[in-house]
Amino acid sequence: MHLAYPAVLSALLFCTGLYGVLARRNAILVLMSVELMLNAVNLNLVAFDIWLSRAAEDTLHSGQALTLFTITIAAAEIGIGLAIVLAVHRNRGTSDIDRLRDTAEGHDPDHDSPAAGQAEKAEATA
Amino acid sequence: MSLAAAAVTAHAAGTHALAAHAAPSNGSHGFLSPTGVEITFLLVGLVTFGAALVTVTTRQLVHAALWLVVALGGLAVEYLLLTAEFIAWVQVLIYVGSVVVLLLFGLMLTRAPIGRSPDADSGNRWAALAVAAVAAVTLVWVVVDAFRTTWIDLDGPAAGSTEATGESLFQNWVLPFEGLSVLLLAALVGAIVLSRKAKAEPGSPSVNSGAATGSSPSVPDSRNHPIGRNGASEGTGSGASEGTTPAEQEGAR
Amino acid sequence: MTTTTLAVLVPLLPFLGAAAGLLLGRTTPGFARPLAVLPTLASLVLAVVVALRQGGGQAITAATELTPTGSVPIELALDVDGFAALVVVLVTVVATCVQVYSTGYLREDPRYASYAALVSLFTSAMLLVVYSGDLMVLLVGWEIMGICSYFLVGHYWETPEARAASIKAFLVTKLGDVPFLIGLFALATDAGSFRITKILGTVASGGLDHPTVIALLLLAGVAGKSAQFPLHTWLPDAMAGPTPVSALIHAATMVAAGVYFVARLLPVFEASQAAMVVLAVMAAVTMVGSGLAALAQDDIKRVLAYSTIGQLGYMTGALAVADRGAAVFHLLSHGAFKALLFLAAGVIIHAAGTNSLAAMSRMGHLRDRVPDAFWTMTVALLALAAIPPFSGFFSKESVLGAAEHVATGHTEHAPGAAGWTVLIAGVVTALLTAAYATRLWLLAFRGRGAEAPDHGRQPLTMTVVLWVLAVPSLAVGGFAYRVLPDWFDGDDLAPTLTTSVLGTGVALIGGIVTYAAWRHTTSLAMGVPLGAVAAHPEGDAGQVEAEAIASHTPVYGGVAYALDPADPGRLLLGPLHRHAAVGFHLDAVYRTLFVRPVQGGAALVRFLDREVVDTYVRGAGALPRWLGIAVRRAQTGNVQTYVSALLAGTVVLAVAAVLVATGA
Repeated sequence: MHLAYPAVLSALLFCTGLYGVLARRNAILVLMSVELMLNAVNLNLVAFDIWLSRAAEDTLHSGQALTLFTITIAAAEIGIGLAIVLAVHRNRGTSDIDRLRDTAEGHDPDHDSPAAGQAEKAEATA
Repeated sequence: MSLAAAAVTAHAAGTHALAAHAAPSNGSHGFLSPTGVEITFLLVGLVTFGAALVTVTTRQLVHAALWLVVALGGLAVEYLLLTAEFIAWVQVLIYVGSVVVLLLFGLMLTRAPIGRSPDADSGNRWAALAVAAVAAVTLVWVVVDAFRTTWIDLDGPAAGSTEATGESLFQNWVLPFEGLSVLLLAALVGAIVLSRKAKAEPGSPSVNSGAATGSSPSVPDSRNHPIGRNGASEGTGSGASEGTTPAEQEGAR
Repeated sequence: MTTTTLAVLVPLLPFLGAAAGLLLGRTTPGFARPLAVLPTLASLVLAVVVALRQGGGQAITAATELTPTGSVPIELALDVDGFAALVVVLVTVVATCVQVYSTGYLREDPRYASYAALVSLFTSAMLLVVYSGDLMVLLVGWEIMGICSYFLVGHYWETPEARAASIKAFLVTKLGDVPFLIGLFALATDAGSFRITKILGTVASGGLDHPTVIALLLLAGVAGKSAQFPLHTWLPDAMAGPTPVSALIHAATMVAAGVYFVARLLPVFEASQAAMVVLAVMAAVTMVGSGLAALAQDDIKRVLAYSTIGQLGYMTGALAVADRGAAVFHLLSHGAFKALLFLAAGVIIHAAGTNSLAAMSRMGHLRDRVPDAFWTMTVALLALAAIPPFSGFFSKESVLGAAEHVATGHTEHAPGAAGWTVLIAGVVTALLTAAYATRLWLLAFRGRGAEAPDHGRQPLTMTVVLWVLAVPSLAVGGFAYRVLPDWFDGDDLAPTLTTSVLGTGVALIGGIVTYAAWRHTTSLAMGVPLGAVAAHPEGDAGQVEAEAIASHTPVYGGVAYALDPADPGRLLLGPLHRHAAVGFHLDAVYRTLFVRPVQGGAALVRFLDREVVDTYVRGAGALPRWLGIAVRRAQTGNVQTYVSALLAGTVVLAVAAVLVATGA
């Protein structure tokens, strides 16, 4: 099989994920896009591992081992990421990334207090 | 290949340039009598890419997660086509089985709207599109230019069989493997701490008592509760983050 | 110990006392008084020993050159002749008296420790000036005195008068010091040395190339330091300082330094006839003008200040007729009775609670409250008015005698014109001196009206000092004129018959006329009630004085002025009174000549800086500011925007790298 097929597919998937990370508003959708990017990399790793195991007589299978590790780490990452997103959602009442602008120039810390108060109220009613 | 180029062009107008670029570069080789594997790979790849595009563009959040399942499944098929069968099944188990489920939980727990939400994309999307398009053009151009005369030899014993992968993993990669288990443990603890911390904040006593049921020690219970009461944010928040832990354990093993 | 060692110790001890006082004054206030009095007292003892050993004989000289300093060497030189030995005795006597007096006068002052240390430093600097045989070392002491006077005059810096007076004293004396410094350089260049002995040797051999220029330049510094016309205006204003400081400045240090310096370098001035005439005219104008001004002052201390200027005029007059023996003789006797006058005035101000003569003239029985001050001040005023047999008579007659000597052409040292100028001005000033002394005495002690407030007895340290100083004022003059020529150049200091009769006669006339005028005007006193008394009469004398100074302008309408029809000076001076009270408008002249142009220049510079220079600065700052605003707008807080920019940059870099790698 021509190596360009998996390589091009991987590149396209990566850029799709890139677009998602930059363009999506919901933090969970951003996480999905990150998963896409990771998978694109995995595809690359696997394809080149298969190619090298024949072409260069490589017996370490480092590409596949790394792919497994990446999958594992991605799972851990998605767990922690979701926990963070949920914590943010609880505190701020939103998981929209472009509303979390605490680092903006001229940001007023008191500005967020109504939203936080609403979130607390929501918790209390729940 | 002209078929592939046409399909790509028809599928996503936004990536017209990419496909137009990719197709001639493949075709300019003039090498081809595409084998069955290649055709299959191409078709599955088109499906995967299309599903990925829908995932990042759809306005329905839950649909995005479901299209992600298609994309990830397609990738598992691609692994199989590359004779990496163990990776393929791990992909199905972890990604399709648990990660997407987790993402769906996350969507529900953050009370994501069902149906079309008009504000799924931020105002940044045109800049994002430009960056992604340029990156895609660059990557495809470089990759095709670099590997246009390289073939993968898929004959002979499968390079990614369970046996081969297991041998290499437990002969050559034992130490990183064990290190990874420590990392997973850390992630587990981190997820718990993140959810506990939110609960330790001073709130009304009723909130704490409500949260106590959500964060009961029994793991299956805590997974069941949030589903039953997915409208509530507080008790389910802690339950969800604990709910990630079994998935991670699954993924690790 | 050798005499040289003792002489070195004389200025060194007060300096060490000052350093220790400044270091320890804040932490251990208990040491402040011993550290102030004891080193000065020890210096007095050593100075007397040095004077006795020197005995008017050969000058004691010693010199050491610490390090080569270029073409003209600077040496740590000691040069103790008869003048120096006696002046140092005077300085230490007055300084000791002032220090003892200050322990009582400022006993509740929180800044006493630094005050006493500065007085010690002041004394030390004056002793250095007197003993130094090298002009550069002399200049060091000269400038230390300037800065010390600045600090001490501004001791009550809470009052605007004191702040203004201290700055004025500093600036005016500096105005003279700049030409003085240039004159010193010119002198040293001509003579090839800063050593006084070598310079005098050069002058004697006629080696001075520009005597007139040098003498005039030096005169500027002397006029500033010794408060001679036209640089005398700082002295009356310096009355805003504490009274002991006034006594120290007027009697022993600072003003005496200028006269002493000319006496030391008199041959340099003699080398230029023009300088001598200038000196004589300066002395004459100073004498007469200050006498008239003193007659019009209301503040008791300002009367004394103008009288100091007048007496310094006598000294420079004596120098103008090339008789430095008479000048230093008058310096010594004047130092004694002027210190006494100021210290007694301090006691009176404390007792009366005011520094205004107009207010005192409406107080009965003030003299019964302060009998020590009354008697000693009477002695001192008689000495000031040059009534025989008080010491002032002998010293003043020696000056007038010397002037007459020159005027009648008996010496080639000084031009006859200078002699006549000094003689006539001296006689007129004798009249004026007696008049204002009488006026002061009558207004202060013969007041009628409400009883003076009784604050109990004055502190013993303040009254004892008065009697100690009364002795030389009373008695020393009579035998000093016989002894002093042995110490000095050997010129006869005995009073001549003509000038004695003339001087005493006009003094008596002045006193009697003033008394008559006072008899005429005193009945008017009841019609115009006047007077403000310090708010805290129970406080120490320094506090009372500070309050009196601060309240003078709001109550009487001016620092020096009071609308008192009962003032005999008003009757005597007639239309001149108004001008005399403000020092003949010299301050206004200075204001027009110097202050206004400087302020105008400052306003111009301010305008250039604010409006012109700053415009360029602001213009240069505008571009970065706009850039900053633009960059700040990019800080939206949206992480996705940041990442987009980051990745866009990465892509650009990657494309560039690929293009470079492929050689495109």
